[in-house]
Parts: sequence; C-alpha cells; structure tokens
Amino acid sequence: MDKHIVVIGGGVAGMEAAGQLADAGFNVSLIEKGNVTGGHLNDWYKLFPDRRSSSDVKKYLDKKVASKAVRIMTNTCIEKLYHNKNNIALLTQEGVEMTADAVVVATGFDLFKSSRKEEYGYGIYDNVITSADLESMFRKGKISLTNGKSPKTVGIVHCVGSRDEKVGNFYCSKLCCVTAVKQAIEIREHLPESKVFCFYMDMRMGGAHYEELYREAQEAYGVNFIRGKVSEASESINNKLVIKVEDTLAGRPLKIELDMLVLMAGMEMSEGGGRIAGASKLLTGENRFFAPEDHHYANNISNIKGVFYAGTCTAPMNITETISHARSAVSEVISYLKKPKG
Amino acid sequence: MEKFGFSISKGRQIDWDSNDRRIADYIREREPSFKSCIACGGCSATCTTGNFTHFSLRELNILLHRGENTKPGNDIRKCMLCGKCSLVCPRGVNTRNVVFLAKQAFKKFDGHAD
Repeated sequence: MDKHIVVIGGGVAGMEAAGQLADAGFNVSLIEKGNVTGGHLNDWYKLFPDRRSSSDVKKYLDKKVASKAVRIMTNTCIEKLYHNKNNIALLTQEGVEMTADAVVVATGFDLFKSSRKEEYGYGIYDNVITSADLESMFRKGKISLTNGKSPKTVGIVHCVGSRDEKVGNFYCSKLCCVTAVKQAIEIREHLPESKVFCFYMDMRMGGAHYEELYREAQEAYGVNFIRGKVSEASESINNKLVIKVEDTLAGRPLKIELDMLVLMAGMEMSEGGGRIAGASKLLTGENRFFAPEDHHYANNISNIKGVFYAGTCTAPMNITETISHARSAVSEVISYLKKPKG
Repeated sequence: MEKFGFSISKGRQIDWDSNDRRIADYIREREPSFKSCIACGGCSATCTTGNFTHFSLRELNILLHRGENTKPGNDIRKCMLCGKCSLVCPRGVNTRNVVFLAKQAFKKFDGHAD
C-alpha cells in the first residue's frame, strides 16, 4: 500500500491517528503548526484523574509516531483543503500544495482567553491566573504570588468561558470541573497550610474516577466547594483579591478575600481549525467546533469525502476519549480507502 | 422627632473572613464524613422534624461551614435523633453523630443548644 494520508495537527489525536495509520501500512504526513508535537500535553504537569505525569502519555505518543512511515512536518500550517479528482489537495500557508488519499483533521482546541471575562481581572490584577498558568507553576515546582510569597488562600473559578452566553459559548467544556478538583488537590499538596475554594455552578464529574477524585478532595484534602458563579473579583487596599459570589446553597451572597484566583479556562475550537473550516467549507456547529455527519454513529465523518475528524476539533474530550476518537477515525479512513473509487 | 418607620437593615452578605467556623471545625475533626456532604438534600427530604418545623440538616451543614451559626444553633434542638437521614445519605455522612457533635460544639463555643 502506498497510500498517503495527511494528518493535520500534532497533538494527542493527530499523533495517535498517525501512529495507527502507519501501523495499518499507510504513509503518513503529520503536520504540526508549532515547533514540537504533543499539543497541550506539553503545557500540563499531571493528568486527571490519577495524576500521572503528562510526559508518560507524551512518551507513548512519541513512540507511536517514531515510525519510518510517519513524516513529521513541524512549523507547517494548513490553510485550506479541497477535493481534487480522487484525492484531497491541501494548501499550506506558504502556498505549497500537497496531495493525499485521505485527510485526518486533528486541529484540537484552544483554551478560552480568560482576559475576555474582564470581571475576573485576568491581566488586570497580579494574582489572577489561569489553569494553564498554574500547571506551569506546578512544572516549576513553585506556586507563588507575584511578590514571591506562597498564597495562603486560593480560589478556583469553574466555567470560565463555558456555559456562558456572554462569551458566546453555550456548551460545557466538560473537563474543567475535574481539572479544578485535580488542581485543588495539587495546591493542597504543594502548600499544606493553604485553604482552597472551588466556586462552581454544577460539579460535572461524569468520567471514570472523577467523582472519586472529588470525594478525595473533600475528605482527604479539605477543599471547600461553594456553589455559585463568581460575579466579580476586585482588589482590596491590602492587595488581596475580594471575591463576590452568591452562595446558592446558603441562598445568600458571600464575600471572601483571597491571595490567588485560578480561572478554569474552557475549551474552544482552535483558531487554525476555524480558519481551515472557513476556507474549505467544512461544516461547523453552533459551538464553532467541526460538525461531524452524525453525532452518534458518524462522528469522524466530515462533509468532504475523504476528510475525517479526530479528537477535540469536534467537541471537548478528555485524553482517553481523544485517543479512542482518533482510532475510530483511522478505522473510517481504512474503510473509505477500501471502497472502489468513482 | 417624627418617626417614619425607617431603619437600617442588617447586611445579608456572608463575610467569610470575619465568620467563626470553630463549630464546623470541631465536627470535621471528630466526624470526618461531615466534609463529604454534597448538599443533595436527601437528609432533609426524609426528615420527620423537617416536615413539621424549619429544620434542615442540609442547611445546617452549609451554614456551619460558612460560620453562620445562629440559625443552626436554634434549629438543632428540634432534631429527634431518629437517624433516618443517615439511611438515605449517598455520601455516607454519619449525620446522627454530626448532630451530637454540633450540640457539643455549641455548648463549648457558643452557649446555645442544650
């Protein structure tokens, strides 16, 4: 078989798909816009729910694509793809044209830009950070305020950029709740003297071992969970962050002073994915993610023949789901290429 | 002076930083399952006392954790310690022991509840 498959995106979905396609005997070009493959895994420290190192999964994926049949092309950006006779033509940003027998789009997600929720003060107050910023502190092994001191009280705001009509995102990003619980535990481990508060609308613990982690956070780590969406953060005269929230279980407004506020940024369709969708007339949903042909039984299939989706470019997914989705995309590619063309 | 019937209303805001959470801490130390409450309200729904009076273990848990102790201090004496709440709790909170300990803690710190 000398069929050539192009995989767009070198994150978890793209790497898994590329590796599986190589195993199935295809020649694969794995296209990554950045310098390195691995996607968001490179920014994360430990993974929920078991808090294993993200580099474990990265190593697995690196091994997966370490095949002669996979050509990794970094710093390459696809602008557009279209059906051309029996092939798919792809155009890079530099204007180079490539041809493929099939394409797997694995353009992933971008984290919601938290500065858009101005009321939470990201980019305004010193010690308001995002979940991704906190991960990079974990990687450095030090959680500190801008003055170098350790925070004694840390608040975590769920649903930043998710379930929020005001930023145009109606959907639930689904992974931020469990990320908040994981990070709350990690803060308590790094700073045993600290107090951690999670401000949530609903605790959406719908994944294997998520609820158990939530319970562990309550029982073993004494994390405080307060139901209510934070309305605003401001700064007090002594440089603390003042948080206002309706404690919906007490039925009363609550005010608390904190040293640090962590915003659980949601997931959005990636900028690159959005550009390809627009230029190539690939259908997107109301949530701006790629809209597969059918959400139940054809969620790898696009509206262009020979173009398939893998991973979070179609909806928020965790790593387990992303890997499964990438594998099912590969199975769709194989069936597609087996069919006689015409 | 003419009285117009106006008065200053007490703020409704829960002020976390100035509230006293010693009662909740006392219970948490001695009955760690008190931490696991997810405020589902199963306990309150099954509560005989709650069906006839304003007593809610769900509310008590939340208010004590916020350091809003006055209402729970008044309400807790209504509990008849039947323990039905502990039969329905999905998180296995030893609710009966929570009430016992709350009574002790109120005696110790607050002077309410006998």
